Amino acid sequence: MNIIVVGLSHKTATVEIREKVAFSPNLIEKPLRELVSLDEIVEGVIVSTCNRVEIYATTRDIAGGIARIKRFMADYHHIPFETLESHLYSHHSEAAIRHVFRVASSLDSMVVGEPQILGQIKTSYGYAAEYKSSGIILNRFLHKAFSVAKRVRTETKIASSAVSVAFAAVELAKKILGNLSDKTVMLIGAGEMCELAAKHFLNSGARGVMVTNRTFERAERLAEEFGGEAVPFEELFQHLHRADIVLSSTGAPHVIIGPKDVVDVVKRRKFKPMFFIDIAVPRDIDPKVDDLENAYLFTVDNLQEIVQANLAQRSLEAEKAEEIVNQEIGQFFKWLSSLEVTPTIVALRNHFDEIRRAELEKTLATWKDLPPDAEKRLEALTMAMMNKLLHTPTTVLKKAGHGGRVDLYVDGLRQLFELEAAPDVGEELELEA
Amino acid sequence: MSQTFFYCTLVLYGCATALYLGYLLHTTQGMSTWANRLVSAGFVTHALSTIHRFNTAGYLPITNMHESLSFFSLVVVGAFLLFVRKYKIAILGSFVIPLALLMIIASSTFPSAIHELNPALKSGWLWVHTTMAFVSYATFTIAFGAAVIYLIQQHFLKKKKFGALFQKLPSLDTLDDINYRSLTIGFPLLTVAIISGAIWAEKAWGTYWSWDPKETWSLITWFIYAALLHGRMTTGWRGKRAALLSIAGFLIMLFTFIGVNMWLPGLHSYK
Repeated sequence: MNIIVVGLSHKTATVEIREKVAFSPNLIEKPLRELVSLDEIVEGVIVSTCNRVEIYATTRDIAGGIARIKRFMADYHHIPFETLESHLYSHHSEAAIRHVFRVASSLDSMVVGEPQILGQIKTSYGYAAEYKSSGIILNRFLHKAFSVAKRVRTETKIASSAVSVAFAAVELAKKILGNLSDKTVMLIGAGEMCELAAKHFLNSGARGVMVTNRTFERAERLAEEFGGEAVPFEELFQHLHRADIVLSSTGAPHVIIGPKDVVDVVKRRKFKPMFFIDIAVPRDIDPKVDDLENAYLFTVDNLQEIVQANLAQRSLEAEKAEEIVNQEIGQFFKWLSSLEVTPTIVALRNHFDEIRRAELEKTLATWKDLPPDAEKRLEALTMAMMNKLLHTPTTVLKKAGHGGRVDLYVDGLRQLFELEAAPDVGEELELEA
Repeated sequence: MSQTFFYCTLVLYGCATALYLGYLLHTTQGMSTWANRLVSAGFVTHALSTIHRFNTAGYLPITNMHESLSFFSLVVVGAFLLFVRKYKIAILGSFVIPLALLMIIASSTFPSAIHELNPALKSGWLWVHTTMAFVSYATFTIAFGAAVIYLIQQHFLKKKKFGALFQKLPSLDTLDDINYRSLTIGFPLLTVAIISGAIWAEKAWGTYWSWDPKETWSLITWFIYAALLHGRMTTGWRGKRAALLSIAGFLIMLFTFIGVNMWLPGLHSYK
């Protein structure tokens, strides 16, 4: 049995294509059932996120299975096959295992190390398990992928640092203010980045938000959105002392907050430190503010620098993660290969034994005047012959279990002796690596 | 026996210091974990060594330079272990444990023979007076460590240098909190030490205060920490100013403890 992967991602397809082939989670039962009803496909899992759509399946016929799934994706979404095919990638066997381990570990993500993908694959697998489209191999495979992802997460620092400017602002504020749960944010002006940062601060536990804007209505609208408080722009300095975190991005042509203002405000706060982020160009906050005690001013450039450093750190960590993935692939592949060997041996033995019994019966039925123990002797003789004949192939097959040639042998034996497909593999055959 | 434990401690603190200093440069979590284990083990052997000496000598071993430097090191490490448990910042060890190591190395250079106790020290007050003083010194050492880290971290923040060390150092808020917490413990203890000393002096020497150098310098130390604590509580002195004052206080305290004994002859000179 082989594992195959067919899909597309942000690396191979634009969002216009991706949204066309996306599978809605609410309607996932139908495609899952159709997928596993295909001749070539035994088990199947469909993963569909905004950045990737992938189908994981098991098949006896690699080329046929891959082609069938490609066709299935095009047909299901009513897209011309030729249009879709150029965006699709496919992997089988070891490469497929590597691909899924890397995806689950967030090594293939747009932002390497982002944590959502693992949850998304778990959900997708949950549907497949619910509708029974995944079986023993994919169950085991995906659980292994989850444990690899967990190992990557705990053994590397791939996800431990901020890689967005807004999040870097939060991390930086924590380095100054410590716990954010009793801290208040002041948003001056409106700007996408500031609003995003304010959201991050609130998610990280900040107590509340004050919003001010030259147009008071806008301040009110934004304050409502954040569940915060709107402050008239003229009264900024009457409220500034209540803010621990100040995010400023107005279109003002000159500075709004100067060092003298901050000296007063900080004194009013009994010297509790203040954290300023100035995103405006030209600047809203006088750079001299940073020279003051208990006031810390950062610009977007500073934040960008942190993000760059963290990204560099992540790519270093990603190398360690690839190493972990490599180790785990070998282990899983061993298990997958061993899955084929035992049933084949059993089938081969059964096949030989049937012939032996049939011939023995035929002989005994026509042979008269047998000595009393002849039946027993003949039984022993044929049995010994069969065992001797089977001994070498069995040993070779078992030894090959850990190499790449096992598929070749198994297929060869099945075809040469016309063995039936492997019987259902029970859990007892699982070979713990 | 006591000496064996003493040298075990020396080695353990030495290894821990090496790991803590290494932890400053390399980002390996294991390093600080092991440093912590070594320090804890060192603390145990150190305590055993002190207890053994106490049993043999029959008095609290803080009557000469060998004993008091070792005892100082012991309480510093004890205080450190408590603070690390509470604040979970192993990096404090990179700044405090080297000091404890220096103290115990210095201690080992002084003669360690046990003598008959100086009759002037045969008093229950020895316990109260000296242990209070030593524990307050230990907390001031912690405050000093936190203050140094504060200044480093603040430097990174002001100069916008966000390197690996910056990531490892705790937040300014935490450091300031440690500083404040250790002062609120250390200052009352120092006060008790000075008052109990005065009472003992009255009993032993017939006068509460004789402007002996140790007394004078203790008073200076007390005033510095009093000013810092007062400033913190009333006008909200914090951050850099508090850090600088704790460093100054620590240096004067160190002089009060070691310098006065070594170089300024007086009633308190027990070498």
